[in-house]
Amino acid sequence: MTDWLATILIFLPLAGAILVWVFPFGRLAGPVALLFALAEIGFWIEALGQMNFDKPGLQPNFNQQWSWFSDLGVSYHVGFYAFSFWLAGLAVVVMAAAIAYGFWVGRERPSAYFGLMLFLTSAVVGVFASQDVLLFYVFFEAMMIPLYVLIGVWGGPGRLGATVKFVIYTMAGSLLMLASVIVFGLSEGSFDLVTTGTSDNTWIFLGFLVAFAVKAPLFPLHGWLPDAYRESSPEVSAVLSGLISKAAVFGFIRICLLKFPGPFDDWRNVVLALAAIGLVYGSLLAFRAPDIRGVIAYSSLAQMGLITIGIFATNASGVSGAILQSVNHGLISASLFLLAGTIERRTSTGSFERLGGMARGRPALATVLMVTGIIALAVPGSGAFAGEFLILAGIFDIGWGWAIAGAAGIVLAAMYMLRLISGVLHRDQGPSVPDAALDLRPAELAILLPLIGCLLALSAWPAAISGNTLEFSSQRPALEKLRPAGSAGKRPNDEPPEGRMDFVRASVNK
Amino acid sequence: MIDTPSVDWFALSPSLAALGAAAICLLSGAFMPRWILRPFAAFFCALGFIAGGVLALLVYIETPDGSLVVADTIFRDRYAAFTQILVMGAGLLTVFVSYSARMREDHIGEYYALLVTAGAGMAFLVQSGNLMTLFLGLEWFSVCLYVLCAIEIDLVGSLEAGLKYLIIGGMGSAVLLFGSALIYGATGELGYSAIAQATSAQDLTGDPLLLVGLAMLLAGLAFKSSAAPFHMWTPDVYEGAPTPITGFMSAATKTVALVLMYRVLTVAFPDEKDVWTIAVAVLAVISLAWGNIAALVQANVKRLLAYSSISHAGFMLIAVSADNELGVRALLYYLIPYSAISIGAFAVVAARERELGEAVTLDNLAGFGWERPLLGFSMATFMLGFAGFPLTGGFMGKFLIFSSASEAGWNWLVIVGVLATLVSLYYYLAVIRAMYMRPAAELGLAPIGGSPPREIMLSSAAFIAMVVNVGAFFAVQPLVDFARSAATTLPL
Repeated sequence: MTDWLATILIFLPLAGAILVWVFPFGRLAGPVALLFALAEIGFWIEALGQMNFDKPGLQPNFNQQWSWFSDLGVSYHVGFYAFSFWLAGLAVVVMAAAIAYGFWVGRERPSAYFGLMLFLTSAVVGVFASQDVLLFYVFFEAMMIPLYVLIGVWGGPGRLGATVKFVIYTMAGSLLMLASVIVFGLSEGSFDLVTTGTSDNTWIFLGFLVAFAVKAPLFPLHGWLPDAYRESSPEVSAVLSGLISKAAVFGFIRICLLKFPGPFDDWRNVVLALAAIGLVYGSLLAFRAPDIRGVIAYSSLAQMGLITIGIFATNASGVSGAILQSVNHGLISASLFLLAGTIERRTSTGSFERLGGMARGRPALATVLMVTGIIALAVPGSGAFAGEFLILAGIFDIGWGWAIAGAAGIVLAAMYMLRLISGVLHRDQGPSVPDAALDLRPAELAILLPLIGCLLALSAWPAAISGNTLEFSSQRPALEKLRPAGSAGKRPNDEPPEGRMDFVRASVNK
Repeated sequence: MIDTPSVDWFALSPSLAALGAAAICLLSGAFMPRWILRPFAAFFCALGFIAGGVLALLVYIETPDGSLVVADTIFRDRYAAFTQILVMGAGLLTVFVSYSARMREDHIGEYYALLVTAGAGMAFLVQSGNLMTLFLGLEWFSVCLYVLCAIEIDLVGSLEAGLKYLIIGGMGSAVLLFGSALIYGATGELGYSAIAQATSAQDLTGDPLLLVGLAMLLAGLAFKSSAAPFHMWTPDVYEGAPTPITGFMSAATKTVALVLMYRVLTVAFPDEKDVWTIAVAVLAVISLAWGNIAALVQANVKRLLAYSSISHAGFMLIAVSADNELGVRALLYYLIPYSAISIGAFAVVAARERELGEAVTLDNLAGFGWERPLLGFSMATFMLGFAGFPLTGGFMGKFLIFSSASEAGWNWLVIVGVLATLVSLYYYLAVIRAMYMRPAAELGLAPIGGSPPREIMLSSAAFIAMVVNVGAFFAVQPLVDFARSAATTLPL
């Protein structure tokens, strides 16, 4: 079965989606979907046990390949590198939480709704698993369909405008990517990502880069973000910011970094500049945002900027930090959006002007929000701290100026997160906060606590991810130079790692 | 005494089978009692299409190498047989869609007879091996369609559509005929291969007479495939014609016009390749630009789909202009899901039209997706297919077409196609938005009494179209193999 795990992870939710659509489960659609989402987590854990994080050679784990269209060398080729496996793990956990939340809140037309959520799970896992660039594109686009409907049908009052903006932005990016995919595949004679060589064509590279930059989003391509995050239902916002943006992380690493080494280095400073601007600008906007969702939305822009900085640092600590931070950020923003949803349900507003004082008499809400917020602002000892530290250590090698921008972003993160926490929990009781507003219910806790638990586990042991990410680094010499602790045993010669990495390793392994 | 050439009846059998069915339908109109007329005529019409399709399949199997038969005027090859199967399939689905249409009882027999005769004409056209049979086939099915467009004389716009189609289509035919005459004048030949031989033997490459003839021939075929700037008739005719006929026109007419255009250009004018690839590429760009931009502002769904069909002529012309092996495969492959999607989309429009009793607009589609789950879901897959989203054959078609253009070294054409796709998303998704995201109550539509009519035939047509559309995505390899062996008889 081991060979089939990647395929199972992709198609299990799809089977669930078809089941939920075709059979009239009615109100039972939610539990059925949740069952599939939990089974998906089970399979992921099974895969975790079978995963070889130091797999030598190019082939990924759970490698499986069938020819799909041989004329052009297109195949169904799936498998997980360590970094994409962590992202897939993030995906199954967050999707399960989102489905559970949707069921708890109760959505209209449950069959359609939960079927779409499962379909989306399939597409997201498929993106992280694909090792063929056309297959990757197929999954990348397939994510759009359920998201479009989920926002457009179950979103807020401004949903139609939000969907149009969302679709135009992301499709503009991904259609240019289609042109790049075609030119890349034809020039290489195959669309397979594992066996094809690297390319030096700047135009193809830019097609990919722009698509991922829209998806992430990077400044100045984030125009769709505030509307989409505000108008979606909370669980869809959680998925959008937590997961969909990570498709860009996968693309940056799997395609831009590994397939286009030349153009990647040429354009590195441009991307770093945009990411740094996005980081600072997003943080400032988050600090000024008038409502909870605005803060989380713009903090996502900032965090994706930081993650992009880590990837474009092009060294071991930067990239492994970016992956760790991707998982952290996915969990954090999903938790925060779900929390925003619970708060909006109690007060029917997210505006700080009308909120406040919710900590009094609501210890569970206060604790959960506080813990998530504190991890989000990267206090030392948290998983987010480890991730940000690795990113900064990595970027410091490229230029200390970038590190200053990164550090400024971290300071600003503390400001907007504390503002969010105090705006909701502290101060005087807001006009929209009724005395009768309940604390978090057991069901809500059951949804949120696993997410927080994952975050705490990553805080205790961030090296689980950051030390197990770079087994593919032989494909990119710049990454191999500084392989971090987890895979140090696989060094060709046993020379000691450089001094700075010792320090990083010490802080990460703590 | 003129010698009669030996006739390969087997090669002509698809057309003949359809014609036989047409005769039965026509007679049934005169002799059958009213109550059984509709099922009887529809059954024999469907049978004619099925028989034509099966015979075309047999021809396909029996003819690994193409040849010219019947005094070198008819091609017997897989390329034609492939297209005939497609046309017959489109016709069959059209019968399904037409079955429950409200129709004046005095012309039911004629309706089905004309439909299957048009199919026979198209089957004949794609086999044509010289300019005479080409013109004969073209007029054969066009005349049937002129009448079919105008057959619902009670329908507002139907007569107008028929008249407009007749006049503009007649002009297109005249241009084509004039072009044929000029080509004959330049080369002294009518057969496609003979034209090519004469061109190279007499060193006529670049001859003005020949080039003008080629241009007029191309324009005539562009009329039929509704490529801009020869598309003026399309929106009005599509809007006014009975909806099942519109679906048939957008699927089958475009199929045969494009397939034939490619055959004529490659077989008869290989020496003029430099000229016509550019010309076709220009037609493609104009069609993409005009079709997509004009579709953005349409409120009437039939008009919207008409402009979408113009833009799809543009996409397929990209494959023609690429003129490589991949291009012809891409064209033939894309025609499969495209035909299914077109008929399916117009079937759904027909269903809504019958429900409301008025023209379907984006506004009165509101809530349709939730009221009729199967039709709504099918329509959503059709729109995603037109827009080229993955999990539909439309995506694979676009992918192949862009690949062929890229392989031909025309990356700029890929960029144009990609930008056109981006523009098209706005109106394709607008249909999905209308069906699912705008509650009917929001628009204050008058409630419709009772449950919607049960149209099993129409629903199954939409379902089949959806299966073809989604199946073409997964089964791309067998379908492309099918197209590849169909294309082997073309000189490439």
